Amino acid sequence: MKKTRIHPWPIRLTHWINAFGMVCMFMSGWGIYNASPLFSFSFPRDFTVGGWLGGALAWHFAVMWLLVINGLIYVLYGLFTRHFKRDFLPVTPTAVKRDMLDALRFRLKHEKGVYNAVQRLMYWLVLAAGVLIVLTGLAIWKPVQLQELTAVFGGYDFARYVHFAAMAFIGAFVVVHLALVLMVPKTLMPMITGGTRGIESGKVEHD
Amino acid sequence: MIEPKKRAIARIKLEPAQQIQLESLQRRHFLKGGLTVGAMAMLTGCNLQDGDQVDKVLWSMSRWNDRVQAWLFSGQKLAPTFSKDQVRNPFPFNAFYGEDDIPELDTADWKLGVSGLVRDKAPWTLEGLRKLPQRSDITRLICVEGWSAIGQWGGVPLRTFLEHVGADTTAKFVGFKCADRYYSSLDMPTALHPQTLLALDFAEVALPPEYGYPLRVRVPTKLGFKNPKHIVEIVVSNDNPGGYWEDQGYNWFSGI
Repeated sequence: MKKTRIHPWPIRLTHWINAFGMVCMFMSGWGIYNASPLFSFSFPRDFTVGGWLGGALAWHFAVMWLLVINGLIYVLYGLFTRHFKRDFLPVTPTAVKRDMLDALRFRLKHEKGVYNAVQRLMYWLVLAAGVLIVLTGLAIWKPVQLQELTAVFGGYDFARYVHFAAMAFIGAFVVVHLALVLMVPKTLMPMITGGTRGIESGKVEHD
Repeated sequence: MIEPKKRAIARIKLEPAQQIQLESLQRRHFLKGGLTVGAMAMLTGCNLQDGDQVDKVLWSMSRWNDRVQAWLFSGQKLAPTFSKDQVRNPFPFNAFYGEDDIPELDTADWKLGVSGLVRDKAPWTLEGLRKLPQRSDITRLICVEGWSAIGQWGGVPLRTFLEHVGADTTAKFVGFKCADRYYSSLDMPTALHPQTLLALDFAEVALPPEYGYPLRVRVPTKLGFKNPKHIVEIVVSNDNPGGYWEDQGYNWFSGI
């Protein structure tokens, strides 16, 4: 029996670097938000990092490099090893509807190492939100040098809202993601050790 | 030198102790932030507990970001301009102190000092500056806090002024000292950008006290805190003059 890892090491490594980077970006971003809130609320100080605006900005603009480089490595890996194609495709509306209904009735089957259609859709959406948050981040960081990009997002002031919306979407994804890990705890260890998918998983080897 | 300058110095004399206190307070905030994440990092399996080390990394990343931004900066690319009806009225007042503490200056006695790598170090009067070619732009001021406001600033292009006083434009920095103990500095490419102004006017009238009378720097390619008000001296230098906020941790380049 040929054993393959559920999560190969580059996926695990980029996953945990990403988790760390995202927490830093959320917390520093909330600190920056608090300096000039877009809505009628602020984030609790304990959920921010850096202590003051200058500290929060320093964190945000330092960790962004880690996250972007890590994200690029992940995307290139996903493309070249066909991880995206093999594990995130196909996503058909019928399959999404079916799996969504099954999930809501708690009838969804959990196949080790296989993503259901809803998960696949969510991964595509969060990847898109990742691209959006980088682009809107650039748009509000460089509204003069990259003014064409800023204009795409409706100008400087509006781009701040889009950046916030992308953060909120990714935040919601993280909440659901963590909730699902809590509901199906056996998915956690493979993201640390790699796990194995043998014949008993029922998944036929691809390629 | 001159009366307002003396007053400015008198104010500065009070400051070093306060300045040190403020800085150490803010350093502590920095450190505290580092420790918070240290605790968080332990939870996620990463080790980042030493606040001092974290601070060093953050400062060096900020210097790296200076270099990236200098590379991204285009001396030709103009900041977007707007129409008069888009100007924010009233334009927000912003400083590191409240409106009650705006410095009191006698504009009749006011002079602009020029020092460093320049040929002609004679001080300038407002009348002298008014005689130089002028330019006016309606641009968006973006604060480091995130908010923005559109305003109209007019005055002498800094490039014109620097050429006039025979500044060494191959020098790296142009620094500004203010009557309210504020100070800041620009990289030379930004100082020579066509929209970088020694602003004498706001909304086509002489700068009122709250917007930095009698002279301020207006740089539409930088965040708001890089637009010092009430300036009393310009220095051209190869040593980075730093800045009031920059020295506490705001990114020095802060280009937009």
